[in-house]
Amino acid sequence: MSAEAARAHPRLAHHFESLEKQVHAARLGMWLFLATEVLLFTALFAAYAVYRYLFHETFAEASRHIETWIGLVNTIVLVTSSLTVALGLHRATRGDGKGTALFFGLSVLLALTFLGFKAIEYTHHFQEGQLPGRFYTYGEVTGPGASLFFTLYFLITGLHGIHVVIGMTVLIVVGIRAGRGAFSAEYHVPVELAGLYWHLVDLIWIFVFPLIYLI
Amino acid sequence: MSPSQPPSEAPAYSPRNYLNAPATGLRSWLDTRDHKRIGVMFLVATTVALFLGGVFALLIRIELLTPGPTIMTAMTYNRMFTLHGVVMIFLFMIPAIPSGFGNFLLPIMLGAKDVAFPKLNLLSFYLYLLGAAIALYGMIQGGADTGWTFYTPYSTTTVTKVTPILLGAFVLGFSSILTGLNFIVTTHTMRAPGITWTKVPLFVWSIYATSVIQILATPVLGMTLLLVAIEHAFGWGIFDPARGGDPVLFQHFFWFYSHPAVYIMVLPAMAVISEVVCAFSHKNIFGYKAVMYSSLGIAFVGFFTWGHHLFTSGQSAWDAGIFGVLSMFVGIFTAIKVFNWVATMYRGSISFKTPFAYFVGFLFFLVFGGMTGVALATVSLDVHWQDTYFVVAHFHFIMVGGVMMAFLAALHYWFPKITGRMYPEGWGLVGAVLVILGFNFTFIPQFLLGNEGMPRRYYAYPERFWPLNVASTAGASVLAAGLVLVLVYTIIAIRWGPRSVANPWGSRGYEWASATPPPPENFEETPTFARGPHEYDDSAEAPPTPAAEPSHVR
Repeated sequence: MSAEAARAHPRLAHHFESLEKQVHAARLGMWLFLATEVLLFTALFAAYAVYRYLFHETFAEASRHIETWIGLVNTIVLVTSSLTVALGLHRATRGDGKGTALFFGLSVLLALTFLGFKAIEYTHHFQEGQLPGRFYTYGEVTGPGASLFFTLYFLITGLHGIHVVIGMTVLIVVGIRAGRGAFSAEYHVPVELAGLYWHLVDLIWIFVFPLIYLI
Repeated sequence: MSPSQPPSEAPAYSPRNYLNAPATGLRSWLDTRDHKRIGVMFLVATTVALFLGGVFALLIRIELLTPGPTIMTAMTYNRMFTLHGVVMIFLFMIPAIPSGFGNFLLPIMLGAKDVAFPKLNLLSFYLYLLGAAIALYGMIQGGADTGWTFYTPYSTTTVTKVTPILLGAFVLGFSSILTGLNFIVTTHTMRAPGITWTKVPLFVWSIYATSVIQILATPVLGMTLLLVAIEHAFGWGIFDPARGGDPVLFQHFFWFYSHPAVYIMVLPAMAVISEVVCAFSHKNIFGYKAVMYSSLGIAFVGFFTWGHHLFTSGQSAWDAGIFGVLSMFVGIFTAIKVFNWVATMYRGSISFKTPFAYFVGFLFFLVFGGMTGVALATVSLDVHWQDTYFVVAHFHFIMVGGVMMAFLAALHYWFPKITGRMYPEGWGLVGAVLVILGFNFTFIPQFLLGNEGMPRRYYAYPERFWPLNVASTAGASVLAAGLVLVLVYTIIAIRWGPRSVANPWGSRGYEWASATPPPPENFEETPTFARGPHEYDDSAEAPPTPAAEPSHVR
């Protein structure tokens, strides 16, 4: 057995030879998981691309009948939350668990802001009848494919919203553990992985925003 | 070359092993993190699924015994072939070899103590059970009649219980993703000292290639099935032409996963075969790198062949041609493997045990099924055979002939490793002969039926197809008898079989370097491997000399 010093580390799982390998494995696992998440959304983006091609006019018009300013504000909110998550990770590398908890808490507040704006937006859609499939009653965009735009809108933003909620939960759990001093300067891989996940949630929105609101 | 003696590093029977340590009893199994126990639980669960799917298959064959109604209504028949497909694909073939044997063997073959994420591994098993339970609930509620492909718009408007079956498959997808993720990370980070990338056993390489497909393709299927379920439940119009949706888009999405999924099934079969052919020929694998790269090649090119399922769905002639040619690349990679396996046997010292019998069966079915696959990838021929029994026979030759032969070969080859006991060799050979003959009698008539134009999934058929259908049903009965025989003697052998020696086959595979059955942590201390995983020639320890190389293979 090599690395006797590392073996003593309380975080080392029994089946790993060294903490370094364990951290490497955790990172690789997270990146692979993120790849599956990207592909999950890819199916929806591909469907969006196909239907946008088929119903070009209607999709362009429908995207002018949703609140671009909410999309913009939410983009700024999410990008800022990624910054605070990165700062939280930075604190963790210095062994400052309290700092990590603080920045993660801030990120959760920003995530809640995002969801708040999203709720306002969804309320508008419900009032206007901008709903998927057979529930579509909106009068101003009526061309073929109009209801499909909102089907895809709700699927994409809904799935993204679910990811925001999951990401928030992860940030809360890891933030609390960090605040209680569970991590150290040499072992803080859960903070890193939580950050990676949050950045993915952010990144997906960076694609959603132009696809749905801008073009 | 003389038959190799068991390698000197193989330890004797280990009284303290994963079966009795750290504890026995149901609870110690249900909350285990041990990859070997999880693998065994997967094997038990997938075997149950195999028999459930087999019962559905027999009911289909009995119904088709006469041209008209035989034992069931047309609606029941539609449900039977749907459930047969769903159970066999999602509950048996996709998980059986990777999650069952892969879980058991992959960490041992890498000299690791466990997979990288043991808790995720257990979660994967419970997701499998959950997915199976949801699907089973759907079956008890009446099942679906859409076929396992769930083509829209029929699947979004049918009155049968398609939603729980879709959700079950969705959950099973997550089980598959977690297993694949675990295997990739384990292979990258947990190899023992000495196992460089070109000394990774071919079993692991093939499972690794499978895992890549599982990770990259399964999420798309998950999303697609979810969309069908949402559309069926709420009418959101995603694939519904009445609301502007495109049903062909569903076919693209579905086959983007489901064609690579064919390689999720067959690559692990090839993984098993690469090990079996070396162990029972007592000879170095011929062309290690060729076999390894062809696994990765199949995984790669498998992502670009899905369009061959849409030759008659309004694809442009260009698309069809390109997808046809790309599909044939799979044939090239498969042929590379077949030639290397055959060359491995050449001048080997073959012991014709049960696993080897299944290997021979596999080789025949893979080549025959693969050739018909290349024929089907030819657009003009496919238009004639589309949706006929020719296609059914083709994919059963690859899927059942390939996967089930490999599953049975693996079951017999690693039976002593897993249970510490031996199966009865004589009965093993009888079972293999019954299975292989029964299989041929079931599906060769179906090739002929398909070529004469009998469409698949039809409840009734004209009388001129009667004799061949009777032959097919008779074959299915022999196949079923063979499988029941295998089940019976393995169950008896698990309980009462004679104790196995540490390495009954004289295999040089890394997994035999651990005790039989393996201790909870696989190796008492981290092993180092100086030789390659398929080296039977002891002089290969020294720098290779011309004499040590397999020469004059032509």
